[in-house]
Amino acid sequence: MSDTLVKVRDLKIGATVYPPGEKPHDIEIVHGVSFDLAAGKVLGLIGESGAGKSTIGLAAMAYGRGGVRITGGEVWVNGRDILKSGLGDVRKLRGGEVTYVSQSAAASFNPAKKIMEQVTEAAIVQGKFGRKEAEDRARELFAKLGLPDPDNIGERYPHQVSGGQLQRCMTALALCPEPDLVVFDEPTTALDVTTQIDVLKAIKEAIKDTGVAALYITHDLAVVAQVSDDIMVLRMGDTVEYGSVDQIINNPQEDYTKALVSVRSIEHEEKAPTAEPVLSVKNITARYKGTKFDVLHDVSVDLYPGQTLAVVGESGSGKSTLARVITGLLPPREGEISFAGRKLSPDLDGRSLEDLRELQMIYQMADVAMNPRQTVGTIIGRPLEFYFGMRGAEKRKRILELLEEIELGPEFLDRYPAELSGGQKQRVCIARSLAAKPKLIICDEVTSALDPLVADGILKLLLDLQKIEDVAYLFITHDLATVKAISDNIAVMYQGKVQRYGGKTEVLTPPFDDYTDLLLSSVPEMKLGWLEEVIAHRKMESAGN
Amino acid sequence: MGPALKLVVQRVALGLLLLLACSVLIFAGTMILPGDVAQSILGQSATPEALANLREELGVNDPPVQRYFEWLFNALQGDLGTALTNGRSITESIGSRLGNTLFLAFWAAVISVPLAIFLGLLAVRYKDRWPDKLISAVTLASISIPEFLIGYLLMYLVAVKLRWFPSVSMINDTMSLGEKLSAIAIPVAVLTLVVLAHMMRMTRAAILNVMQSAYIETAELKGLNMFQVIARHAFPNAIAPIVNVVMLNLAYLVVGVVVIEVVFTYPGMGQYLVDHVSKRDVPVVQACGLIFAAVYIGLNLIADVVSILSNPRLRHPK
Repeated sequence: MSDTLVKVRDLKIGATVYPPGEKPHDIEIVHGVSFDLAAGKVLGLIGESGAGKSTIGLAAMAYGRGGVRITGGEVWVNGRDILKSGLGDVRKLRGGEVTYVSQSAAASFNPAKKIMEQVTEAAIVQGKFGRKEAEDRARELFAKLGLPDPDNIGERYPHQVSGGQLQRCMTALALCPEPDLVVFDEPTTALDVTTQIDVLKAIKEAIKDTGVAALYITHDLAVVAQVSDDIMVLRMGDTVEYGSVDQIINNPQEDYTKALVSVRSIEHEEKAPTAEPVLSVKNITARYKGTKFDVLHDVSVDLYPGQTLAVVGESGSGKSTLARVITGLLPPREGEISFAGRKLSPDLDGRSLEDLRELQMIYQMADVAMNPRQTVGTIIGRPLEFYFGMRGAEKRKRILELLEEIELGPEFLDRYPAELSGGQKQRVCIARSLAAKPKLIICDEVTSALDPLVADGILKLLLDLQKIEDVAYLFITHDLATVKAISDNIAVMYQGKVQRYGGKTEVLTPPFDDYTDLLLSSVPEMKLGWLEEVIAHRKMESAGN
Repeated sequence: MGPALKLVVQRVALGLLLLLACSVLIFAGTMILPGDVAQSILGQSATPEALANLREELGVNDPPVQRYFEWLFNALQGDLGTALTNGRSITESIGSRLGNTLFLAFWAAVISVPLAIFLGLLAVRYKDRWPDKLISAVTLASISIPEFLIGYLLMYLVAVKLRWFPSVSMINDTMSLGEKLSAIAIPVAVLTLVVLAHMMRMTRAAILNVMQSAYIETAELKGLNMFQVIARHAFPNAIAPIVNVVMLNLAYLVVGVVVIEVVFTYPGMGQYLVDHVSKRDVPVVQACGLIFAAVYIGLNLIADVVSILSNPRLRHPK
């Protein structure tokens, strides 16, 4: 076992929690996890939020985030148990033998310092290299990771490079001190799909070239399948299944793993356009106040009653701006919007109460879209009072009906948002928008912050409600799997323009334009060797480069 | 022109505009003050004719707008007028006194600013442990006690009982620097105690706020020790709020030392102002007000400019 770099035995991790209305107490969040990692190999840790995967990754550096403490077990790195080492030894390990790549490079780089200084800092502090050598090595890594102008990019500040570039700089930061192990914590999750591919490829090649071992943490099984040798599936702090990547993907044993591996279960037949669209957006051009660039150019789309139009695009494509124009928050420079057969005022102030009621919105972050000091009953009841003047027993009856529609029981009436899970919060937001009996609901990335299985439940609910309430959805998302699951019509947006627009089948059937092809082919697929295939067939560069 | 330079120019222009507005307020404010300078010069027994003559002589009867512009125009050229009470040039009288006030403020700042920042860093390093609590308690106590009381207490202990430093802080041009410093030791100590708490607490709060950032975790995971993490990664991002509160306190050291100067009979601006307010000497009050406003606005302007320049997004646009 001389080539075993990391040996983790019965690792237990705990934290102190402060639940509202209760005394603080300790809970265990990882219950005895064991694995081995040989030098130069990659182990994927996969699971939904709360599975303990990041916590385990950080334990490999003897680090606990916030109030998290390692309470038991052994973590052997390079032949010594780092949980028994003193703080001085642990500091030598961190940034020297083991380094870390976080999910958000934008937040993990110090905004006040140049990239080069931060990339080389660990190597210099740990005494691995002198400044000159470290900088040479950093430039070499910048080039290896495919960053533009590798000789000078280090002289820039973090805000001066794009998100995808910064994520690669973070990888360079982790590789610069020639570590034995790198912990990658969701390194591509915050990126657009087309950018994710480039970063993924850069990381994979860098791991191969430098011979470093890696713990690769993610919730996306299709991504981890591209880079790992072994995979460990975690759930609520327990190991569900641990095996080679081939076995987990092609022959999963546990039901939970099978659920993760299986593709989305939602089937939705595309509906044909009916006579009159409920929403008609015509030739909209818009820009933000005080800027000189249009973020939307001549955008026209139609949405029919009781149907779903998916607006899909990457960050910066203008899809959320379109939602702001439709809701009246950003009056357009040109073009007009018809809604339910009447012309909508471009400005929010000019809209009637009826306009407001019939056009509702659901947001990405359900927890900040609700007042934390109001109960679920108050939150759902507010539109009933405001639009219909309901009071007392009548209001209560309607709230309970709405709760039933979102598959939550009457016991939720008096709960506060903080007592709900992420999926339940989003359900309450859906009920609040339905309470107004709208004709159209704008759904802005409503499943992006949720775990895949929970997101699936929300999408199913939305489809069922559409049948009952005959409501139309304008569904804004960057996730193509979601689009395939629920839409009737699709508008692909790219740099403020509608790149491709039509029925679902038509849009998703070749021949494609170059951008739609890039976007569709960039969605990770659950098969080995997919990454290499895609890279070989690309026709254009992603916008994030 | 870069965004940083543009913002700095805007801020300076705004500062000048603000100073102009202040000059109007000061002038208008002293106009509507009750009391009559002629009366206070000549005393209760003066005849109405003598009062009228004196008012004419002093120019108190001219229209206020005309007097304001004359006053402003002269002040811009460095002529703050003559004191009504003794007929001496205000510019000259203020010159040496402003120097004395700045001398006191300078030494108080030289001691208090580094001390406050050091104590703030120390409090962060030992957050929620006894050094943090001790620093917080002592600085809070010292800011809560009125400064004249601290002044008299220190005077009693250090000057009267221990006889280390003089209790009266009279200084003049013939004294050497060492003698001067010895004379102002107690007022400097009092001022330091008064301004320490704000700056120390803001340093602590600003750095603790930055310590929540993800890049602090990155720094810790690079194996840096606590001091390196704070000094290299936290402090550069906490400069703007710290500089702001430091400048506010420096302004206080110049503008707010009236009480201390009276307690220690120190020949500075504050005492000069108090003397002449009681004598209804309007030109002197106006001149002092204008100088205090200029100092206050100027120091806050510096704070704004430093904040702008410490933001890399403004300094190095995309």
